Amino acid sequence: MISFSAVAKRYAGGQEALKRVSFSIEQGEFAFIAGHSGAGKSTLLKLIPAIERPSSGAVLVNGQNVGALKRAALPYLRRNLGLVFQDQKLLYDRTVFDNVMLPLAFGDFDSREAGRRVRAALEKVGLLAREKANPVQLSGGEQQRLAIARAVVNRPAVLIADEPTANLDAASAVEILEIFAAFNQVGVTVMVATHDEALIERFAGRVLRLAKGSIVD
Amino acid sequence: MKSWLRQHRQAIAAAFGKVAAQKSAAALNALVIGIALALPAGGYALLASVRVATAGSALEPQLSVFLRVEATRAEAEALGTKLKADSRVREVRFVPREQALKELQAVEGLAEVVAALNSNPLPDSFVLRPKSADAAVLEALAGGLRGLPAVAVVQVDSAWARRLGALAGTARLAIALLAALLAFGLVAITFNTIRLQILTQRAEIEIAKLIGATDAFIRRPFLYLGALQGLAGGLVALVILWGSFSALNVGVAELAASYGSGFRLAPLSPGDALAVVLFSSGLGWFGALLSVSKYLLEIEPR
Repeated sequence: MISFSAVAKRYAGGQEALKRVSFSIEQGEFAFIAGHSGAGKSTLLKLIPAIERPSSGAVLVNGQNVGALKRAALPYLRRNLGLVFQDQKLLYDRTVFDNVMLPLAFGDFDSREAGRRVRAALEKVGLLAREKANPVQLSGGEQQRLAIARAVVNRPAVLIADEPTANLDAASAVEILEIFAAFNQVGVTVMVATHDEALIERFAGRVLRLAKGSIVD
Repeated sequence: MKSWLRQHRQAIAAAFGKVAAQKSAAALNALVIGIALALPAGGYALLASVRVATAGSALEPQLSVFLRVEATRAEAEALGTKLKADSRVREVRFVPREQALKELQAVEGLAEVVAALNSNPLPDSFVLRPKSADAAVLEALAGGLRGLPAVAVVQVDSAWARRLGALAGTARLAIALLAALLAFGLVAITFNTIRLQILTQRAEIEIAKLIGATDAFIRRPFLYLGALQGLAGGLVALVILWGSFSALNVGVAELAASYGSGFRLAPLSPGDALAVVLFSSGLGWFGALLSVSKYLLEIEPR
């Protein structure tokens, strides 16, 4: 499903974030990308939706070399991936409902179907009762759940989360991981980057450990 | 198709939303664009009014051939036959002296003067329209006619009309140049407004790109905003024109009446008004297109 083949990434300043990284993630897998800050976790995840392009090697998503995709093809790749970020990247001038509606705005859904999907996604993350609230009225954990609802509303086959629990207390972090696990239970491939070893131990999942840009085990 | 229409509907709503969110800035932009557009549009309307007022005046070369007062009607008829046979002449119109006197009487302020005359001092005359507008041909024709015994005076009386035509042509060119310059200004204003909007919404654009929005989807509300700004500017220009012409017409009517004319500055016709609004809207769209093409490329999710 997702395959890295000798992928290296060197930034313009010369910093080498990834060094010939190779691995594969199968459909329906739950994988943690573990490692300390600066290990290359975020860079690795950014290569999948082509937010960054590899300096060498190939990143394949469903057999498609995403590093070679033209700019115009990127939106269609990203619509099939659910992305969750540490800083949530929410729109604070819109309601919870409208934030989740955003990915459906450029899809082929009529408003009734879109509304149904948004409410279903909010229900899955336990935010249906807050659909009219503004994101600033939500706690950190709720904001992260809102970001997950937005990521899954398009029913992507892959969920990619970069440090989704970094700013949360332990209980909220577990709640978030439980949501990811629930999606994984229904067949969604999940990749979560985290430095939280306690969380990794708590959830059954494959662990790809990164250190200084290389996979160490 | 349904989805495409829905997306356009959303983009239009988003554009109106942006205007509503910044009412003062949007109103000022519309005013600046309106004033810029009112200048060439006003010039155009002024020329159109003058053109209508002078529509009866021939711009084609015309020669008036006045016979001697003592020339007989038979001599006039013979000359008329000769002129009609002349290959250089396209049209010949005979103006008998009686008709000329009637026309003179019809001129305001001259009726009493004509009535005071003991006899008709006016001669028979011919009005000729030559086939060629070439000055040398006209002069040769006039010269030949001056040599005829029955002819007293030959007047090439199209000169003023040609001067007016040349003046109108120059004015039209000046207005076109002014319109082009101000159109450039309108595009620049829209370009900058949209640039600021894009920078303000940088985070939102980044998020939209992250979750799969196409460039076209992101671009659309900005294009509608540009078009909307142009449209508002066009409407402001029409209001400025209408107000200015209404105010000016008070004085113009008085001045024209003193010359026995009913001349008025006419506002733009509905077709021309629609063209102004569509043109300004199109320029707004174009300015926005230039701006989003440049700045959207620079915003990429990180």
